[in-house]
Amino acid sequence: MRAYQDKKNVQAKAYYNDRFYVAPQIPKDEVSTDEVFAKDVKDLESSFFVKEAYIQRGQLVVYISAKDNLAVMEFLRDKLNYNFLSELSAIDWLAKSGEFEIFYQMLSTSKKKRMRVKFFIKEKEEIKSVTSIYQSADWAEREMYDMFGVRITGHHYMKRILMPDDWHDHPLRKTYPLIGDEEAQWYEIDKIFGREYRDIIGPEERDGARIVEKDTHRFSRIKHEVPFGTEYSEKETEMDYQEEGGIPIVRKLSKKNEPKILKERP
Amino acid sequence: MAQHKINYLSEGGLPVALTTVDKLVQWGRSNSMWPLTYGLACCAIEMMATGASRYDFDRFGTIFRASPRQSDVLIIAGTLTKKHSPFMRRLYDQMSEPKWVISMGSCANTGGMFNTYATVQGADRIIPVDIYLPGCAPRPESLQYALMLLQKKVRTESASRKLKPKRLV
Repeated sequence: MRAYQDKKNVQAKAYYNDRFYVAPQIPKDEVSTDEVFAKDVKDLESSFFVKEAYIQRGQLVVYISAKDNLAVMEFLRDKLNYNFLSELSAIDWLAKSGEFEIFYQMLSTSKKKRMRVKFFIKEKEEIKSVTSIYQSADWAEREMYDMFGVRITGHHYMKRILMPDDWHDHPLRKTYPLIGDEEAQWYEIDKIFGREYRDIIGPEERDGARIVEKDTHRFSRIKHEVPFGTEYSEKETEMDYQEEGGIPIVRKLSKKNEPKILKERP
Repeated sequence: MAQHKINYLSEGGLPVALTTVDKLVQWGRSNSMWPLTYGLACCAIEMMATGASRYDFDRFGTIFRASPRQSDVLIIAGTLTKKHSPFMRRLYDQMSEPKWVISMGSCANTGGMFNTYATVQGADRIIPVDIYLPGCAPRPESLQYALMLLQKKVRTESASRKLKPKRLV
């Protein structure tokens, strides 16, 4: 956490610099502080290039080079007993450095240790699939492709997993707008009715707070309901599920219709 | 043979009711509105609760059907995603006429809190809706009330009407 600073009547000033939250960094420890990790990193360094290694919150983080990913995974499983790949995904740093950061979160059930393998790739660089080593990478890699557009070779069924196959662009990139690009906003109209229906149906209403009282196409004023698309009315409508006069058999309960017990048949 | 004269048209005569074909047919239709079993998200839980014994949709003549060919009402119960929208439209097209649609809950009405790329901003962008039921999620009582309003709407329509082109169709 940030250290507390006295704001000293900050409302009186037009600006103050401490306005935005700065995310705190989790402290990093040396690899040598943990025996098991120190040995793992030493073994890894003997066969592969290791850019950086540290321990964060009791978990080892290792940066390797992108072209080694498959070989490193195999080494981790066979030699270092990291037998479980719990999660893999990408982080979008395209705006900052034009790169994706890929991470593989690993678990060793025999050592009871977790480690994270990381590397950077350029936007259109391809990486090798690790599904041949860890089956759990199957859907995770498909999701990574779907959401970030990271290209993966050697996957047996490389196809979008969440978005439809004919979707345009990759939604989890930082450049992708939350309400979607033009293709996304017209997706269902284009697909079901065709592009020429865009004019008839009109754009999406994205302002959740918009209320136009007299628009009876989109809004219905409580106790002033009128049928869809008809004239707006100030008159109060009767809120009753049964129409005037009722239906045969069912009768409204009222004083007038109250059943009377007769002494004899008339 | 009857020993006395009966005034058939007065109350207390034979149980005879005079009505029109329209009223009779629509009365029958309105009391056997079969919805499609079609839950998309959490609203479906409320829909199931409405169908179950405590709230008991059966007493309205409303029995959930597993096939669009046998249903009259489509209750859009939950968030309609863009990926799912073609299937929803296809199911609607597969229903035989006359058919009605209840849009249940905020998500189906307007997209609700999902102001995102993946959610259809109101199911009425792809199929015409008769009743918009607000709530997140609406309680079973609300769904019952929506169905009662729909019944009322059906009873006021003429039986032999040609389906008026609603929006989009």
